[in-house]
This record gives sequence, C-alpha cells and structure tokens, in this order.
Amino acid sequence: MSDHTFLIRGARLEGGESADLVLEDGAIVDVGTGLGLAGATVIDADGLIALPGLVDLHTHLREPGYEASETVLTGSRAAAAGGYTAIFAMPNTSPVADTAGVVEQELALGEAAGYATVQPIGAVTVGQRGERLAELGAMAASRARVRVFSDDGFCVHDPLIMRRALEYVKSFDGVVAQHAQDPRLTPGAQMNEGAVSAELGLAGWPAVAEESIIARDVLLAEHVGSRLHVCHLSTAGSVEIVRWAKQRGIDVTAEVTPHHLLLTEELVRGYDPRFKVNPPLRREEDVLAVRQGLADGTIDIVATDHAPHPAEAKASEWAAAANGMVGLESALRVVHAAMVETGLLDWTDVARVMSRTPARIGRLPGHGARLEAGAPAELTLYDPAAGGVFGTGDLHGRSGNSPYLGRELPGRVVWTFHAGRPTVADGVLAEPEAVSA
Amino acid sequence: MRNLLDTISLSSDEAVTILDVAEDMAGTQRREVKKLPTLRGKTVVNLFFEDSTRTRISFEAAAKRLSADVINFSAKGSSVSKGESLQDTAQTLQAMGADAVVIRHGASGAPRTLATSGWITAGVVNAGDGTHEHPTQALLDAFTIRKRRFGDDSRGRTLEGIRVAIVGDILHSRVARSNLWLLTTLGAEVTLVGPPTLIPQDVSAWPARIVYDLDEAIAAGPDALMMLRIQSERMNAAYFPNEREYARSWGLDAARLASLPADSIVMHPGPMNRGLEISAEAADSPRATVLEQVANGVSVRMAVLYLLLAGERGEEGEIR
Repeated sequence: MSDHTFLIRGARLEGGESADLVLEDGAIVDVGTGLGLAGATVIDADGLIALPGLVDLHTHLREPGYEASETVLTGSRAAAAGGYTAIFAMPNTSPVADTAGVVEQELALGEAAGYATVQPIGAVTVGQRGERLAELGAMAASRARVRVFSDDGFCVHDPLIMRRALEYVKSFDGVVAQHAQDPRLTPGAQMNEGAVSAELGLAGWPAVAEESIIARDVLLAEHVGSRLHVCHLSTAGSVEIVRWAKQRGIDVTAEVTPHHLLLTEELVRGYDPRFKVNPPLRREEDVLAVRQGLADGTIDIVATDHAPHPAEAKASEWAAAANGMVGLESALRVVHAAMVETGLLDWTDVARVMSRTPARIGRLPGHGARLEAGAPAELTLYDPAAGGVFGTGDLHGRSGNSPYLGRELPGRVVWTFHAGRPTVADGVLAEPEAVSA
Repeated sequence: MRNLLDTISLSSDEAVTILDVAEDMAGTQRREVKKLPTLRGKTVVNLFFEDSTRTRISFEAAAKRLSADVINFSAKGSSVSKGESLQDTAQTLQAMGADAVVIRHGASGAPRTLATSGWITAGVVNAGDGTHEHPTQALLDAFTIRKRRFGDDSRGRTLEGIRVAIVGDILHSRVARSNLWLLTTLGAEVTLVGPPTLIPQDVSAWPARIVYDLDEAIAAGPDALMMLRIQSERMNAAYFPNEREYARSWGLDAARLASLPADSIVMHPGPMNRGLEISAEAADSPRATVLEQVANGVSVRMAVLYLLLAGERGEEGEIR
C-alpha cells in the first residue's frame, strides 16, 4: 500500500450517517461500515463531518502582478486550510486574465502548487475596461477550458456589451458572472448608503446600484436565453429580484459571501478598514434576507470573494484603504455560525452551496461529487464541536486582512484531501513540497 | 479629555464644561497681556492635510496664547498623492515629541484612525474630517449662541429650548453634523433646511426636523439661522441646477432677513459666498455673528487644548 491510501473511520457523511471511506490513487474506492485495509493510514474521524471538498467560485489570487498580496501558491494554501479543493481565480491580475496565455499560466501555477484545483476565470472585456469583448472563445478552448467570465471589481455596465457577452458564451456553455454595481450611482462610494453613512459622513453605495443592474441583467438573460451568475449579492432587494427571475424560469444563479451572511455596516463605525469591502457590508435586514435567500435556494452558493491586500493597503484612513477581505480560511466556519447554528441549513445543504452547486455553475469536473465509491478523493473533514477565537494563526495566505480576527467562530477544518492526498492533516497544513506536483 | 474626535459622543455636562472653560479663556483675552503660561513646554502640531487658513490660525493663536510650542505641518493634498501615509506622518510627529495633534483631513474618520491606531500617544483634536465632523466649530457655534442669549450669565447653561435652523449643503457638511449632535445634546431643537439632493438619503435616526423650504423654516421663527457655505462644484454633480436657483431658494436675502424675528441671529462658519448662500445685507447686519464666531473660536480652542493637555487625561470624551 502506498502512503496515498487512507482509511477514514466513522466520519458523518455530510453530517448524516457515519461511514468509513477508503481513499486510494486519488479516488474514493469504498464507502461502508467496518471497512479494513492493511497498510492504509487510518484516520479516526469520530465526530467529524465529511464534506465534498469545497469549491470557491470567487477567489482573488493576485498572481501575476500583485504578488505582495497573494500568489497562486499562498492563496491555494489558504484555500486548503479552509477545506477547499478547488478555487476559481478572478481575472483582475496584471496583466488581466483576458487571453488564453494568461489563463493557461494561472492554471499551470495552480497545478504546480498542488494544494487545490485552480480554475481560471476569464475577463469579459479587454483589460476589464468594459469596452470590447475579450477573446472569450480562445480562453474557453485553451488548456484552462474557461467557462466562467467576469470583470469582477468592475461591472459590465454597458447593456449592449453585457448582452453580447451573455449571447456569445452560449456556444461553449459559459456563464457571465456579473459584479452588479452601476458605476454612475456609486461615485466615490465608501459604504452602504443609509442611516449609518449619513452619520459617519462617508459617501454612500446605495442598494439600488446593485439591484438595478441585477434587474437589467436577468431581463437580458431571459431575452437572449443565456446563463447569468450574480456575484456577491448583498441586499434584500437583490434577493427579491433573483427570486422573481427564478420564478419566471430565467437561468440565473447567485452567490453570497460569508461576510455578507454575518457582518453588518455597524462595524464601519470605528472606521477600521478591515471592514471595508465592495459591495459594502449592509444593514441587518439585508443580512437576514440573504440568509433566508440562501436557505430557500434563491441564492445558490456561498463564494468567498477572498481579496488579499498587504498591510499598508489597510493601515490608513478609511477612504484611502483598499476594498476587500480574505475569506478562504474562515468561510466554512462563518457559514457554520450564520447558517447551521441558526438552523437555516443542514450539512447536506452546506455541501450543496459550498461544493456541488459552485462546481456545477463553473462546469468544473472532478469536484463537488457525492462521497461515494468511484468519486474523486476531494473532501474535507470538519469538526463541528471545535471552535475558538479566530486569529492570525488561522490565516495561511500572504495577507492578514480578515474581518474575523478576534472573533469567536465555531468549528475547525481537520483534514482536507485534494487528489487523494492530504493538504491539511490533523489540523496541520501540508508543506509545499509534500503536495507540489 | 483624551481626544476630541466628534461631538456625537459628548455628554451635555462635558460640553458645558468645555464652554465654561472657554468663557474663562475669553475672559483672559480681554486683558492687555493675553498670553497665559499654562501649556509652556507642550508641543501642539497642526497637521493639515487640507488647506484651511482660518481654522489653522485659530488653533495656532489658541495654542500660542497658552504658551505652547506650535508646529504647523501642512501636508497638502491626500496622503496617497503625497506618497506618505498617515501612519508615517503620525509616527514622524510622535518621534518629534508632539503632545497634541490637531488634524484636518479630507477623509472622514481620519482623526479616529490616528487616535486609535497606536501610532501616536499624543491627544488628537479633530479640526474637520471629510464630511464627518468638525467639533470645535460646533462648540464655538454653541458658545456664540449661548453668549448672545445669556451674555455674562452664560456659565453653566445649556441651550434648552433654543431653536436653530441649519441651511444648505447638509449632505457634505461636517459643520452641520457636529452642530446637530452638539446642539441637540445641549437641549436645542434643530431644523435642517436644504434641497433634498443635499440632505442625506436616510436621516431617520437624526434628532432633527427636515424642511426643504427656507421660508417655512424662517416663518417658524428660529432663534439662530446658520447658513452653510455652498461649494460651486456641487452644481457639476447635479445637486442643483445653478447658483441663481440656489440663491433664490436657499439664500438668505434681504427679504428673508427682514422676516426673521427681531432677536434672531444669523450665523455662518465662513468663508462666505456673498450673494449665494448669504446676501451682503445679512452678512453685515447686526444680527450676524460671523466675526464673534471667529473670536469665540480662539477661546473654545484654547479650552479644548487646555482640557486635553493640562487637565487630567481620562477616558475618551471624559473630562475630569
């Protein structure tokens, strides 16, 4: 038996029945009770929940171009630490991932790192400038076989460009993931517009700037019969629009971030830039609405919008600080706190919204499969009874801009398996040489 | 008092204490020799990331009349465009041994960031941050209202029952915010007046009446009418059509001035746009307190620096 054979004893599959799993040569080869296997590394998973390896449809890896913030290696280490086995890399690198060459480079860096499947997302428009379409077909046909396209960070706000993009990607079953933000309604925006922004004197980012773009886009998607994905939906009104669109049969999916499930704009009051993010933290009503939307299926998935920034980008006055938070290491624990502890989701739902459905939206094979014999060995073992104060020791990327530092969070990722090999073993992140291809 | 970052967290007692100390300071300013030895050996840094000659010289005069050493650090333009961060600037001042930092910054919250970052140990006075607060302006306005109303009998008094209308660009005004919190804490009733485009979208939590019609606000007979400076660049962002229409609807012209009650005062934080938000008749009338506000500003800032540097330093906002 090789050291890549594992016998996991007594894990609760997606939080349900206990079972043993045998992992061999990158696959789950057996699932049952009372399994034995001579020579296998035995893992006592009593009390642990086995989930299919998490899939993040929205990660910023910063490489190439912004390696001071994150690299593909450091970002995928953060992913593994959080229980992820696949991450979709947003294209706002330098150069922008708007050609086959850049997405293939991203893919290769992910393969070399070996901590997770790194699936590049292609830019919708050249340089993410919103003016003309990037070579979407070339990226789709490249070795990176791109299916998700996004100008994330910027909204594809020109309605004609958005329409063309939605139509064009149909030929290779692609999807446009829209950062819904009307730029004309958010000049200089610093936080959610409302009672708190009025008091703090920070320029407002009104909910309508998101909702009006989502409303337009679902109508465009209906008109041309295309697939639309809404990134980081953050307002109660957006939930209503997506709910309406789904009832109409429009092919739309939506994501919510962990931070929009847990944190509110009240945190902005201290002007601590760790809480500066785009779209901004919203009102409590919005948090409750996006939780409800995720619970009832209006919102399909949780995606991190993991956005690393170096310390100096956050050590400043609010207006000068960068938008964004790291989220890969904390996502499952935050979903546990916001959705499972509140009774809104069970662990099968968590597997759906954090693994199965994101893999399906992104058309990513080999991930998000049910934990059964023959499935790829992409899984995570999570201890729901653990927990503690989230600290810098929980962060494994290059940047420390987490909004959860000092906050009590439940749970702990104990093991993560990617391609049959542990990237996290008994709570310890594997060394790079142990996982690199 | 550890810092003075805003007025929203001041209690009525704390505010009255500052105003009463300012009365003491004003008393010393009527002497032939105005200078007091109180802050000898202390260093006050005026850290101005935005141009504001008026506010800077007011703080400078206040510090010098208390015998503090004053360093003027003009970091014009944003910290980013200048290439030096707020952190580096702050730590430089710390290394020079500043005891108090008076900061004017274009970004809302910058004084709080400075005070809570751990970069400096000096006390921080907010001299205006973005569109957030300008606490010493509100304190000098409250002082001016109290003085006009109660004269030499001002000490110990609040502004209970006094009605103040603040007119103009409420949305972008740190003066309006600081006055709203301070005046209502002191018991005054505040009405905010301006075009709906220049009122924040959600003011449901504000202890104020909102009126769009200046004539309606004047007809209610306010004790003080505070006219805010209107920035002409607001026109470009479509907040209002043009200066003529603004002046016609929200400017204090001679006719509106005449319809105010006889003992109402007219205030302006300066600098004024004569003919836009305020007519020459109003600006130069005996009701106008513009120059008293300037003089009172020095007394109030002396009081703040005194409480910050000579008083016992308690928790934030606490005066012992």
